[in-house]
Amino acid sequence: MNFIVSLLEILYFLVPVAIAYAAPLILTAIGGVFSERSGVVNIGLEGLMVVGAFVGVVFNLTFAHIFGSSTPWMALVAAMLIAAVFSLLHAVASVSFRADQVVSGVAINLLAIGLCLFLVKMIYDKGQTDFVQERFLRDSIPLLEKIPIIGPMFFQNVYGTSVLAISIAILAWIVLYYTPFGLRLRAVGEHPMAADTMGINVTRMRYIAVMISGGLAGIGGAIYSQSISQDFGHATINGQGFMALAALIFGKWHPLGAMGAALFFGFAQALSIVGDSIPYIRDVPNVFLLILPYVLTILALAGFIGKANAPKALGTPYIKGKR
Amino acid sequence: MSNRIVNILVPVISVILGLLVGAIVMLVSGYNPIEGYAALWNGIFGDIYSIGETIRQITPYILAGLAVAFAFRSGLFNIGVEGQLIVGWFAAAYVGIAFELPKMIHLPLAILAAAAAGALWGFIPGLLKAKFKVHEVIVTIMMNYIALHTSNALVRAVSDGDANTGSIHQTASLSSRFLENMTDFSRLHFGILIALAMVLLMWLILEKTTLGFELKAVGLNQHASEYAGMNVNKNIILAMVISGVFAGLAGAMEALGTFGFVSVKGGFTGIGFDGIAVALLGASTPLGVIFGATLFGSLKYGATNMPNAADIPEEIVSIIIAIIIFFVASGYVIRLFVERLGKKKEAK
Repeated sequence: MNFIVSLLEILYFLVPVAIAYAAPLILTAIGGVFSERSGVVNIGLEGLMVVGAFVGVVFNLTFAHIFGSSTPWMALVAAMLIAAVFSLLHAVASVSFRADQVVSGVAINLLAIGLCLFLVKMIYDKGQTDFVQERFLRDSIPLLEKIPIIGPMFFQNVYGTSVLAISIAILAWIVLYYTPFGLRLRAVGEHPMAADTMGINVTRMRYIAVMISGGLAGIGGAIYSQSISQDFGHATINGQGFMALAALIFGKWHPLGAMGAALFFGFAQALSIVGDSIPYIRDVPNVFLLILPYVLTILALAGFIGKANAPKALGTPYIKGKR
Repeated sequence: MSNRIVNILVPVISVILGLLVGAIVMLVSGYNPIEGYAALWNGIFGDIYSIGETIRQITPYILAGLAVAFAFRSGLFNIGVEGQLIVGWFAAAYVGIAFELPKMIHLPLAILAAAAAGALWGFIPGLLKAKFKVHEVIVTIMMNYIALHTSNALVRAVSDGDANTGSIHQTASLSSRFLENMTDFSRLHFGILIALAMVLLMWLILEKTTLGFELKAVGLNQHASEYAGMNVNKNIILAMVISGVFAGLAGAMEALGTFGFVSVKGGFTGIGFDGIAVALLGASTPLGVIFGATLFGSLKYGATNMPNAADIPEEIVSIIIAIIIFFVASGYVIRLFVERLGKKKEAK
């Protein structure tokens, strides 16, 4: 009994942290699902998150005195828009210019971190920004927080952004699987020629999908920089985008799967950060928790944890009239 | 216009466009691009010390470029050079610190350790690709992070919780009094000779051996190679292992040459990712890699002079490199443009 009580206490402490860490991953991974489902590989998620994180912090620092406590939310919108525009580069290169999509993604990552640091140094004359004044605050959800066990675990002290992330994941699932738009998007990723024959504009669908991924990754980055890091520097994002990529694969290119994987990876991150204060976990070397998401993704891909099937046309530019 | 000239023109035009965009970015952000590029130039060629440091910077770029290029030629995309470099770095430094041996044995042993570590890190994605048809891009990305965290944990383990292992023994060092004296005490070391030897080795493997022929065949058409009786799976694994060896050696350059130690890393070195740019620009040929590495290595080192000399953030060079990759990757458009230009001239 004692053991169960202490376990619950640990979970009350751990789960909110895990969900907080998962929110940026969920959004970015969902973005990746859109892009990859349309047949465009998006290694550039990391860079798009960097752009989002940068825009979020800069917006926050600049406009905090105007918008007050709603600044972080406004910053999300700004980050979404700018990251979506930034992702156009990836769309143009990989859809219109038929560039190797992986190479283009690598370029996006290099460009994003280079450009954002360049701008930080230009605007603030130092290597990283100040801490943001207005950040996302935790709150409890009325009524739901009263539910025993589940309430304190999931509905007390949660970030509004976590609710947003999970809602978007569910919305993405409905859009992708229960609307004509989603069907078309998936068709373009599986068999673009067949889709083209049925009158779907493959290029347009892919542009839209890549921009959705840019927008969502931008929101993800801005959430990360305004709730977890609270400033922007060269190591702010540091692999979150690639972890989101891992989540989307581990989740088998399905929005809810990606969400589940992101939650799980968030849990692993939370453990590696606050694990020191938890019995048993304390004895596990930190490195195992840090590499866990990546190892699991490799195992999932190798088919040890169910078979993951990528969209058929993933990574191949569509050239009209070519068989 | 012949195909060969177009093939050379695409990277050249890309570099020019990249520098042009860089100039525009500087102009728009209120910096003077002429001052900026002058500072960059001086950072590379300004004095003999800078030249020595530039060559030092080029050394790991050559090896990282070879690693990416070798995999490319076999039809594989090794994004894991970064991780293979990191484990190579650790392995070389560890051997350099843990053993005391005569130089004749110690130095080669440390280099081999780096090669072996890189090879192992390349073997895993190779095996998964061959046995389970898992795409190597994703696995190598994941292996990068595993390498980063594992190396950091190992550094802490061997140095009792410290973030730095301390210096390697002189017997394992690549540093050269002669080269240092010649370049006004830069950190230039013998590694450049190893890098050039590896360029030659890659050329020999690809052009003069059956293995190279098979690797290239697999890279061009897996099904045809299999039909011709080649063991595709074996070749995929071998290609990743050899690629990993090159990458591991790039790590040895940092461990035994430039730094002489390994420390806990907050993030990636970036050399592995720049290796992709090097290989792309060099069209994945051994000679091309030398050019690509020289360009990007110089840019990267020269950039460190820009904040001091022209008050421009050095990240401008990362922007330029990224833009160059975009253009090289979008070679289809440049090719189209060059060919149209060629046709117009012919018509006249």
